[in-house]
Parts: sequence; structure tokens; C-alpha cells
Amino acid sequence: MSKIVSLYQPTDFIVHLADDALILGHRNSEWTGHGPILEQDIALSNISLDLIGQARNFYQYAAKLYSVSGKPVVTEDILAYHRDAWDFKNCLLVEQSNGDWAKTILRQFLVSQYQFLLYESLLQSKDATISAISEKALKEVSYHLRWSSEWVIRLGDGTEESHKRMLNAVSELWMFAPELFTKTNYEKEAEANGIGTDISSFKPKWLQKVNDIFREATLSSVVLDSEELHTLSGKEGRHTEHLGYLLAEMQFMQRAYPGCEW
Amino acid sequence: MSVKEEILEILNGVNDPEVPVLSIIDLGIVRDVKINNDAAEIMITPTYSGCPAMEVIKKNIQRSLAEHGYKNLKLTTVLSPAWTTDWMTEKGKEKLKAFGIAPPMAKQHICKPELFHEGEAIQCPLCNSYNTKMISRFGSTPCKALYQCNDCLEPFDYFKCH
Repeated sequence: MSKIVSLYQPTDFIVHLADDALILGHRNSEWTGHGPILEQDIALSNISLDLIGQARNFYQYAAKLYSVSGKPVVTEDILAYHRDAWDFKNCLLVEQSNGDWAKTILRQFLVSQYQFLLYESLLQSKDATISAISEKALKEVSYHLRWSSEWVIRLGDGTEESHKRMLNAVSELWMFAPELFTKTNYEKEAEANGIGTDISSFKPKWLQKVNDIFREATLSSVVLDSEELHTLSGKEGRHTEHLGYLLAEMQFMQRAYPGCEW
Repeated sequence: MSVKEEILEILNGVNDPEVPVLSIIDLGIVRDVKINNDAAEIMITPTYSGCPAMEVIKKNIQRSLAEHGYKNLKLTTVLSPAWTTDWMTEKGKEKLKAFGIAPPMAKQHICKPELFHEGEAIQCPLCNSYNTKMISRFGSTPCKALYQCNDCLEPFDYFKCH
């Protein structure tokens, strides 16, 4: 067998970053035109736009790396629209259905808090493009984090009904939190090459920030002790049923009319 | 006039499609122009990662320069250093205000971590009162926030610091 010499390319890691941003951006965009009040409808649509923009930056970079490694030409659109669920490397949390406003808010808050620590850390990435995309994204994520934190507090410490909704959101989403800090092989590889970062190390800080907000929101504090392995791992392509439905809608045009432009 | 100056002059005529009173030079998104023989490379940076205006801006840059005979062009997107409202020209800020959009404050106050933080007083572009309130941190485009004047009661856009 001939030995294949390959230079390490962090494509899986980059596609994972893109997928997290795209899927959450798409989920939020489902609220466009349906927000509880116009201002918040606009706010969530703006957050979608930021996330989809971040996803595009990562997809474009991944496509560029794929193209130089001699494989057939890959574009950002192919990565977003021509892959099926098992190819997507987003975490399970971002693909969960929107539910009510409380669930959407909590999902955004948990992810924004994670993305804030992630992008802050990726500023030190040896890969200049990843560092540059992170620098841009970090400014936007700061807004998302503040906005979603305020809403968690407003709902948790609001009326009896809004408090109940927030508790329900925690019980529906919390099981997906540990995955954020569980390293896949491509995350370990990226970290070892100085391109990624030690995502497990964010756990104490993330949990502390979440509990700070929960305390203000009059929600009980939470722990992340569920270290047991789930059979599912979105980051490794084993998704919940929700992703398939999401892709069916998001990819419809490109599936029906491949390569169409407007 | 050097070729670079000439190109910058032409680019000063290309406006932001969302805020049509501002040229892309006023906005500070043209980072550099490099001339190499008969080829020109224009380095531009997006205001926000998902700003939909960027695609239109790229097309408009190409068209304007082509109309002036510059055909051999390369448009490069630069992400770092990330765009900041500090790069907006003073002239641009005046134009914004005249258009009815409160310009970004000179002092950087990008999103602070303190919650429910009102930030500095933003001047109403219509009646100049500082007695204004924020309605939403997110507005009609990613770069704007929604405000309302407590005196003249007019709602207005604020080009937020970033």
C-alpha cells in the first residue's frame, strides 16, 4: 500500500463551526414575521443574519481548502445545500425546534455564551482566517449574548406564566448542553495543531455565567454532571429527528432546482 | 492624480445601498487599493458578517470602475482588523445626521457586558435633544438600533457603535 502523505487541513472543524452558525441562524429565521412584537421579530432576524453571515465566512474558507486539495470543486452553496443530515456537524442544541419564545431565547442564550468563549479563544488560532472570522463574529455574538441574557432574566423573573415557560425550556434543552464541551476527533486534531482550542476548558466558566443569569432570573442553579455518553452526537453526524425536517425546508430550492440563482 | 487616487475618487461615488447618502469611502469599508501594472486590487471589509449589502456593493464597485475603464479588477474581502464605526469619516457622520440617522458616537462603546445598560445619550437627529430612549438594540439593518426622542417623540435610527 502506498503511503499517503497529507498535510493537515482543518476542514471538518471549520465545517462544524459553520454548521452550528447556519442551523441556529436558520432556526431563528423561522421566527421572521412571527415574533411576539415587531422589535423582537427584527432583533431575532438580525441575529439570524449575523449567524448566517458567520456561517458563510466559514463555508467559503472550507470550500477554498477543499478545492486546493484536489477534490472536485466545492462551493459554499454545496456545503450548505447539498449535504444530508449525517454530513452536518452541528451540535444537537442548535437544531432543536423553536418551541415557544422562552425555548428559542434559552437556546440562543446557551449557544451565545458558548460562542462567546469559543470565538474569544479562537482569536489565538494559528490559522489567520479562522482568527479573523472569529474576531468579526465575537463583536456580533456580544450583542446576541446581552440580548438573550436580558430575555432569560425578563422571562424567568417575569410573570408566573413566563417563569413556567422558562422552566419548561430548561427541562427541554438542558440535556443537550454537555455536547458543547465534548470533544470530537476533529476538535482534538484542530486543538493539537494550534488551530482549534480546548473546548472542554470552557465548561466551568460557561456554567458559572449561565448560573449567574439563572440566579437573576430566579431559576434554580444547574449542574453539568451528565458525562455519560449519548448515543447521539450532532457534531459527529448523529442527529435528532429535527434536523431532517429543517434541511427539507432549507434545502428545498437547491434540491428541486440544483444550482439555481436569483 | 495617481491611479490609486483616481480609483478612490471613483469609489467615493459608490454609495451604500442601505444608507444611500453614504459612500463606501465615508463608511470606511474600503481598506486599501493596490495597483500592479494595469491591475487593481480593492480591499473591502464588511460592516457585519451577514450584511446583505456587501454583494450589491461589490457589483457596484465593479460597474463604476468598469465605466471609467478599469476592467482588470480584483475585489478582496478582508476580515481583520474587524470593521469599526471609528473608520467612518466625519463627513459621513454629518451626512448621516442630515439624512435623519443618528451617527455613531465618537467614543467607542461597543456592546458592553452589563445587562439592561442604557449606554450614552444619543442625540435626536431631528430636534437635537439628548432626551432619547432606546427601543431596540436591533434595527432595520444590522448596523442600526431603534431609538425614540422623548421630546419631539419621533422614532429614529441610530447607527450603532461597533
